[in-house]
Amino acid sequence: MTELKLDNISLAIDGKTILDSVNLTVRTGELAVLLGANGAGKSSVLRCALGLVPAATGDARIDQLPLRRISTLQRAKLAAYLPQRRPMAWPVKVFDVVSLGRYAYGVRLGRLKGVDLALVEAAIDACDLQSLRDRRMDTLSGGESARVHCARAFAADAALLLADEPNAALDPKHELGIMQLIRNYVDGGRGALVVAHEANLAARFADRLIWMRDGRIYADGTVAETMTPAMMAEIYGVKAQIHQVAGHTNVTILDAL
Amino acid sequence: MRNPQLNGVLLLLSLVLIVIAVLLGSTPLGLMQVLQALIGQGSAGDAIVVWEIRLPRAIAAYLVGAALGLSGAAMQGLLRNPLAEPGVLGVSASASLFATFTLYFGFSALSSFILPLAAISGALVATSFLALVATRVNSVVALILIGVGISSFTGALMTLLMNLAPNPFSLSDMVNWMMGTVANRSFDDIAFAAPFLGLGVILILLSGRDLSAFTLGEEAAAGIGVDLQKVRLKIVFGTGLCTGAAVAIAGAVGFVGIVAPHLVRPHVDHEPAATLMPSALLGGAILVAADIFIRVVPTNTELKLGVVAALLGAPIFVWIASQRMMGNSND
Repeated sequence: MTELKLDNISLAIDGKTILDSVNLTVRTGELAVLLGANGAGKSSVLRCALGLVPAATGDARIDQLPLRRISTLQRAKLAAYLPQRRPMAWPVKVFDVVSLGRYAYGVRLGRLKGVDLALVEAAIDACDLQSLRDRRMDTLSGGESARVHCARAFAADAALLLADEPNAALDPKHELGIMQLIRNYVDGGRGALVVAHEANLAARFADRLIWMRDGRIYADGTVAETMTPAMMAEIYGVKAQIHQVAGHTNVTILDAL
Repeated sequence: MRNPQLNGVLLLLSLVLIVIAVLLGSTPLGLMQVLQALIGQGSAGDAIVVWEIRLPRAIAAYLVGAALGLSGAAMQGLLRNPLAEPGVLGVSASASLFATFTLYFGFSALSSFILPLAAISGALVATSFLALVATRVNSVVALILIGVGISSFTGALMTLLMNLAPNPFSLSDMVNWMMGTVANRSFDDIAFAAPFLGLGVILILLSGRDLSAFTLGEEAAAGIGVDLQKVRLKIVFGTGLCTGAAVAIAGAVGFVGIVAPHLVRPHVDHEPAATLMPSALLGGAILVAADIFIRVVPTNTELKLGVVAALLGAPIFVWIASQRMMGNSND
């Protein structure tokens, strides 16, 4: 089992507190979703967890090893990352983008073979990209592009996946599709920490919800335990109803408080 | 290799152009005369023309073009923008300024290594500054404007030095460094710059995989395991060494670093690592062709290589910039 542990992480930028004593553990076998209003610090949790932003205090550890003691390549082998912003500098081909998921293993684009090639092909299959593999990225729709970036993260074959709003700006069908891909990835024996904005999607796919407010973890528990009207009011400042529809927990926003 | 035929074709083109450059000139030589001179069996006159005038000039033009083509491809990969280039970003001008300083103060007479070292130092100062700025400025337009600022500032300082030139010979030397030329270059000039050029080429070619990763943006690149600081440093030093060595041989020659990668990119699926080698080969071929043009066009005073490169390259720069502006208003 692989475990990512954030121990008392604090972060401030230009004097503004972004994260305040965040303690959090994510393990393989669970899909944990970070929820919170804009500016609550969700993306910063992922960045600090991967060492992309140095925390002011505290430690992030993967399998007990502090991040500062392992190389960026070693860290990338243990935890894959899907950032919120995915700018593509060049209109490269889909296959090349997915292949970059194997960077940590010393792979050169255009020279994939063996296990690396098999994992890239598996990720392409999992994300239903076979028909797009030779297409240029600038010819894809938003949903197709999101699937390519997911496949790139899956191709790393890391024990953990940290994804920041993987379904941002997608239509409902593609939102569901991306979350289902991550669910499948976790069900295949991995773990995931996903930042999400859409409470209904989080409730449907998550094993665990982590609620953030003002840079702190406000609550941490299962959907049944934490998805309540009171939580929606505290975290988002909205009046909401929680109900069950076709076996799924559903949130209806009634009004702003 | 993504497109081995492309590298083969460009290599062949380069060889053909170098042969043409050696054949053409005020004393026309036949292919047999050139071959005999190369193997030491021709006349003494032919040997001098081939070994001491035309071949070093052609090879100098080729190495300068290759260095600039490679540097352009690497800078574009690092900054993730096709408009980044040593000339546009003021790196060549900065290298040229440092070289001009050694001419002005007479330091270049102390050792043959002083001028190449000064040019490389100037290129490294400008590249390091740009890499530092690039980490803090998100707008590519702002970065290019800063590059234009560096170019204007170093250009103004060079003009000042020319203004204060102690004698006409110094002034003529400075004009050469400012406009770029490979006329009268010897194998010694090439040899002094070669170690720096070689090291720069190695550093850049070793960064190919990292440049491919930068396609995803810096945050995602860091996520897949790229050590951003290390890679930036490697490419900054690589491009600084290549551009500095190019300036040490020929002075400031612009736009090759934009034109060569731009022409190559569609043939290698826009993949940054695969763009490097063909950009170098094509950059070399372009400058040899430009130098042949300079030598055959009938003018009272020989045109400068940097001037011809700018005349050819600047319109392409404007075209790429306008295409990007129309395609993406954020740039």
